[in-house]
Amino acid sequence: MERIILIRGGRVVDPSQGVDDTVDLLLAEGKVARLAQGIDAPEGAEVVDAAGSIVTPGLMDVHVHLREPGGEHKETIASGARAAAAGGFTTICAMPNTDPVIDSPATVGFVAAAGREAGAARVYPLGALSIGQEGERLTEIGELVEAGAVGITDDGNPVMDSGLMRLALDYAQAFEIPVADHCEDLGLSHGGVMNEGVVSARLGLKGKPNASEDVHTVRDLLLAELTGGRIHLQHVSTWYGVQAIRRAKARGVRVTAEATPHHLLLTEDAVDGYRTDAKMNPPLRTNRDVEAVQEGFLDGTLDVLATDHAPHHYDEKEQAFDDAPFGIVGLETALGLVHTHFVRTGKLELSTLVERMSRAPAEAFGLPGGTLEPGAPADVTVFDPQEEWVVDPTEFLSLSRNTPFTGERLTGRPQVTIVGGRVVWRRG
Amino acid sequence: MSPTAPSLGKDLVGLEDLSPEQIRTILDTAEPFKEISERRIKKVPVLRGKTIVNLFMEPSTRTRISFEFAEKRLSADTVNIATSGSSVQKGETLVDTARNLEAMKIDMVVIRHWASGAAAFLAQRIPSNVINAGDGSHEHPTQALLDFLTIRDHLGRIEGLNVCVVGDILHSRVARSNIFGLLKLGAQVGVCGPRTLLPSEIESLGVKVFQRVEEAIAWADVLNVLRLQLERMKGGYVPSLREYNRVYGISTRRLQEASGDRLILHPGPMNRGVEIDSDVADGPHSVILKQVTNGVAVRMAVLYLLAGGAPERAEAAKQGEVA
Amino acid sequence: MSDAQRVTIMDQAAVDRALDRMAREIVERNGGTEGLALLGIQRRGKELAERIQAEIQEAEGASVPTGSLDITLYRDDLATVGPRPIVGESRLPLSGIDDHAVVIVDDVLYTGRTTRAAMDEILDWGRPSRIHLCVLVDRGGREVPIQPDVVGRKVEVLGNQRVDVLVPELDGRLAVELVTPAQEVS
Repeated sequence: MERIILIRGGRVVDPSQGVDDTVDLLLAEGKVARLAQGIDAPEGAEVVDAAGSIVTPGLMDVHVHLREPGGEHKETIASGARAAAAGGFTTICAMPNTDPVIDSPATVGFVAAAGREAGAARVYPLGALSIGQEGERLTEIGELVEAGAVGITDDGNPVMDSGLMRLALDYAQAFEIPVADHCEDLGLSHGGVMNEGVVSARLGLKGKPNASEDVHTVRDLLLAELTGGRIHLQHVSTWYGVQAIRRAKARGVRVTAEATPHHLLLTEDAVDGYRTDAKMNPPLRTNRDVEAVQEGFLDGTLDVLATDHAPHHYDEKEQAFDDAPFGIVGLETALGLVHTHFVRTGKLELSTLVERMSRAPAEAFGLPGGTLEPGAPADVTVFDPQEEWVVDPTEFLSLSRNTPFTGERLTGRPQVTIVGGRVVWRRG
Repeated sequence: MSPTAPSLGKDLVGLEDLSPEQIRTILDTAEPFKEISERRIKKVPVLRGKTIVNLFMEPSTRTRISFEFAEKRLSADTVNIATSGSSVQKGETLVDTARNLEAMKIDMVVIRHWASGAAAFLAQRIPSNVINAGDGSHEHPTQALLDFLTIRDHLGRIEGLNVCVVGDILHSRVARSNIFGLLKLGAQVGVCGPRTLLPSEIESLGVKVFQRVEEAIAWADVLNVLRLQLERMKGGYVPSLREYNRVYGISTRRLQEASGDRLILHPGPMNRGVEIDSDVADGPHSVILKQVTNGVAVRMAVLYLLAGGAPERAEAAKQGEVA
Repeated sequence: MSDAQRVTIMDQAAVDRALDRMAREIVERNGGTEGLALLGIQRRGKELAERIQAEIQEAEGASVPTGSLDITLYRDDLATVGPRPIVGESRLPLSGIDDHAVVIVDDVLYTGRTTRAAMDEILDWGRPSRIHLCVLVDRGGREVPIQPDVVGRKVEVLGNQRVDVLVPELDGRLAVELVTPAQEVS
């Protein structure tokens, strides 16, 4: 049974209500009960002392690869949900590019059920856009949604057929879900393993030019405009992409877009020395791109912070650069990284960060939560904005360790993660 | 008591990592090694008892044979391992292969690999000396060093020369090693080829880009003509070999139209009638066979210098392996 | 080094006299200049060999084929890890060395290991009819059973002392000096 929890003395930051104040928060019956000063602890209530801490609506990551089924050596739904909780996330969205692909009501149901069983962060599946993510025929989107899918995507495989993308954007509207897309024109990026530019020229690695992403981003925006459908653009990495999204939003196109911590913080220079922990797709790009992604993140063009948590077994990354898979883990470093580099430096209001990590993702995918209004799910993140720590992948709850941020000194660290009125994780 | 050469460190991964002094040391050390190949007994005992593995994970005849001659003429024991599996069909990973070799107590590995960065990857993980015999499109340092030795033999210097690399720069490890090394030695470096075969941002490496081969020829003291891999045509980078020859081929006519002489290098194997015409390859300015001879001397020099090693780096690699 | 004590034990005249005598001895041992070849060991042995060649030319009017030998690659201490000695030039006399009486010319004979290396290298080059060893200074201290045939001067030297032969081409003067390390003085 969900217990009564009183979170006492913390600075509650909830942009959905315009709250940024030291108040107490009472959770009961799995919901937010009250937000007020000087709440007395009801009998039997568990009291969380949050003095000096930040209390926010549960953080959400709408772009996570949980690898199960088929890649359980990298991550399982349960390990991923626990890693999410340890990173302060109460809700995550699982990408469907598993083996088998999540393209049927049964497989969607499997992910949702395994997520509930894990008893950590909530896990919402995304369904595949096309059967087998092969880019040919739409999945039974209505049935996927009924089974629990909160969106559709062929993430991992860009939707190359513009006609299919149009159909998806048209058809999905009936179910009020977004279509999420990984923007990459494979004809321009084929064989690329990093950004095409100065570093790839020096290292002799095949590059993916910015244009390979931009061409696709612009196409998706045009199709969203044409259809009136909702497009969610994943992990935006280019300066032009940010501009195009900004202009589309101004025209009223229904678009949401992600910024990842790594595209906000790292450039292609991180690849130097053939570091496979800096190999990701879209690739780390140039200073100009990082500045634009930061600007887009700060002004809300990129309204959602998402990690693209992509776990890989250590020996898969322990290979020649060309052979290593794309992706890095992100769940357990995201909050610390963004807090350290944007909030602590004064570039971003704390409430805006919370917005980008709770209400905005909730709205983009129609997820419950993202607010501490009475009656909302009792999903709460408590973190210490002062705690200094060093990223040590051996401490991760994720089964994988592939991060380029090893050894990074960060300030701000999750303390308690509450899902549905239950403490699912607490720093030991 | 005897004067000693500056250390190259544990490995030779690329010329980008070397100082001009280290590059000159290799070239100077190669000089006395030329003579050994002229002896009745073409062998000196300097690497007696050392075991060298030639790990060729991509087909290569010339480079492997050149290394093997160099190793044998220095009295090393050599083992050749050749696998031509692509990245998709290979079995054992590179790191497992390397650790297995280490377990057999070897001293040096000469590695040729299809992937850029493979030599550095290996060098960081095993305490043996690692010599890069070509990694993907990254570097092929001994090939560039033999090019430099050949240029120096014929023109007496490298500093101040205009050297143009012509052809498929995008996929060429020879081009990158030439660019890095020649710039360190004070030469001006040009590149010339179809724009489809030049990497984006190639200018950032400090080279001059020529769109037309006639301009490159007019500018250059030395032309290093690269082999055009036939796959490039299938990949659509050039429409046809015939067109490539017409637009970028080095012909006697093109050479005669420019004033002055220029040295012609080619890393081999040549596609006669594609990137280079036969009368140029066999002509008076071609030093292509001298390059082959110098290749053995340069590789002997590298093997000799690396055998001195860098104990602290070998130790670090050993620690890394355990960790 | 600057604190080391250097004592000249042979000045230019003494070295010249010794080389003159050594040249005559070489010719005498060989019964003439026919079939003789000189090989100077790098470095300084080469310069001494050239001087001996000039002395023979002057005395006998015959030009003895002379070459140089760098024994670096034959050293027995290269198996150890450490900086590599710079490899010098080896140049065979134009006549070759097959069936010649080869005279190894070196500056100082000490442990004998250099001579061992030189003989190995010479035998890789060809098959001389015999090999002589000619040194300007024999300082004793042999570690292998090798003895010189022609010696300029024998000197008694302590283990920590060094004998330096100086030649004009490399050092600006012709002399032999005994070097005693600084801490041993006083």
